[in-house]
Amino acid sequence: MFSAINSRWNCSGLQQVMDVLHWDGTLSAQDFRIGAFAFAQEWESLNLGFPPWSWVLCPKHPCLASPEEGYLSLENICISRPNEEDIHQISQIDNGEEQTGCSGDENFVDNATLVQSSHHELHYCDFHIVYSSIFRVPVLYFRAYCSDGRPLLLDEIEKELPVCSSKELSESKWTFITQEEHPYLKRPWYKLHPCGTNEWMKLLFLSHTANPKFEAVPELYLLSWFSVAGQVFGLRIPSKISN
Amino acid sequence: MDAQKYLWEGAIPLQIHLHESQVTALPPPPPALILAPRIGYLPLLAPLIKPYFSSTLPPGVDTIWFDYNGLPLKWYIPTGVLFDLLCPEPERPWNITVHFRGYPGNVLIPCEGEDYVKWSFINSLKEAAYIMNGNCKNVMNMSQSDQLELWNSVLNGNLEAYQRVSSKLKLATVDEYTSLCSPKSQQSLGETDLTAQLKTGRVPVRLYLLSVREDFDDLDEVHPIDSWEKISYINRPVEIRKEDKCFSLHDALKTLLPELFSDESLTDVKLSGVDFEDAVRKPNEDVSSDKVMEDQGQNAYKQPEAGHVSSSAEIKLIRIQGIEPKLEIPFSWVANNLINPDHFLHICVYVKVAQ
Repeated sequence: MFSAINSRWNCSGLQQVMDVLHWDGTLSAQDFRIGAFAFAQEWESLNLGFPPWSWVLCPKHPCLASPEEGYLSLENICISRPNEEDIHQISQIDNGEEQTGCSGDENFVDNATLVQSSHHELHYCDFHIVYSSIFRVPVLYFRAYCSDGRPLLLDEIEKELPVCSSKELSESKWTFITQEEHPYLKRPWYKLHPCGTNEWMKLLFLSHTANPKFEAVPELYLLSWFSVAGQVFGLRIPSKISN
Repeated sequence: MDAQKYLWEGAIPLQIHLHESQVTALPPPPPALILAPRIGYLPLLAPLIKPYFSSTLPPGVDTIWFDYNGLPLKWYIPTGVLFDLLCPEPERPWNITVHFRGYPGNVLIPCEGEDYVKWSFINSLKEAAYIMNGNCKNVMNMSQSDQLELWNSVLNGNLEAYQRVSSKLKLATVDEYTSLCSPKSQQSLGETDLTAQLKTGRVPVRLYLLSVREDFDDLDEVHPIDSWEKISYINRPVEIRKEDKCFSLHDALKTLLPELFSDESLTDVKLSGVDFEDAVRKPNEDVSSDKVMEDQGQNAYKQPEAGHVSSSAEIKLIRIQGIEPKLEIPFSWVANNLINPDHFLHICVYVKVAQ
């Protein structure tokens, strides 16, 4: 696998050996693009029961010479957690257990098998992974809504999140999840604030590799990043850094 | 002579009209005349505005928002920037409309009070800190009392209090670069200066590019902006490289909008012999004693050379804090003196594009 990665690397003209200890945990815009496609491919191969991520290309302003920009999109994902009334109605969820926290098993919300209950309105979420040229890291933007399309407010979304997310929300009300204009769609969206991302990404890579000198492959960045960011919504995926 | 002092004292005279849908009693109330600090934000004026209209408002919860010619105003953009951007020919007083109901939540992000503005400001400051220092720890680790003092200083327009708290944050400035322009400093440039230069290379900039398709010679011919789609927002830092002996505003704009600034206009820019002390002195002459910074930019400064790069686009106006600076001015001066309290340099650029 490594030789395959090497050859792809050389083709894209990246630096050779990256020393993780001296890396600042960030990603260049070009590496984000490379990583985005790799992430989307890996996501499909993991067979999580979710639709695939799509790459959305953004129109450029005629006066601006910026390179082509885009973002990853995953939409219409049901984030509703089954409540106690619905448990006995659900037949195919892995363990049939309610999601209570971030720790532990490999459970994730499987929208393919969630049964709609008449008592419980389902909530959906759109996720966009957008590159921040300021923080030089990916940023998770999201918006949530009911089945009839009515947008959800943060306190309604909070009810669907794992306990540790809502705890974080209550402690860092203004800095954990912020509401801002989507950089491309120009509409109000929520986002997970990116400050600190580079630090925990670096720690993530350091903690997974016995040998601190390893070739930092852009392909691994997004998957590892999402393995952490996705947990805010109770979405668990393997991080795959330790090959 | 302190440019920041003048900036903080600068204000936009507003004539605020209550939207007709909110008027419950005839005759409709007269507009409120309010002096809005340039460096402030419109929702913060709510306590000043409400008394004018409270008797005529329908019952219910008030959520303040503003529009100019029907365009909802983005409340997280500083008042002075909104004025510079949306009024190509400065309108005095600036006639805007206030609403207390019907918040356009699909267009504007929510603002339900002072806290929303405060946190938007703090998050911008964090972003600026990240750009300048590579991390936002200094802002994140501010004590509660410092944070409160900083925010209050912005609320009250108290520059001394602001400078007292913000100096603790150790946000890197680009002072080191101004010294590079004078020959005598070359010898005094020691090791510590070099390290400081290496660290302080990035200036936070928010650029608002307004593209106008129509043909116009004078700014007052431009139709009012009816959609935010016409404005491109570029949130990108400008890097001052240490090998650039004197990095001008023109150079900075060229890095942000390379298509619009030609190399030809660059040769016209003479860096030696420009007495930028004189350039700085001019706005001060026009500041009246009752603390209103009039937008006298057009008289005090020459229009920037229109950049003819691509035949399809032409720069018509570059405005920062209500003034149109000479493009030869060292960018370090601009970065140190014309920034907002959020430590961002907000730049408005008008571009005429081919139809």
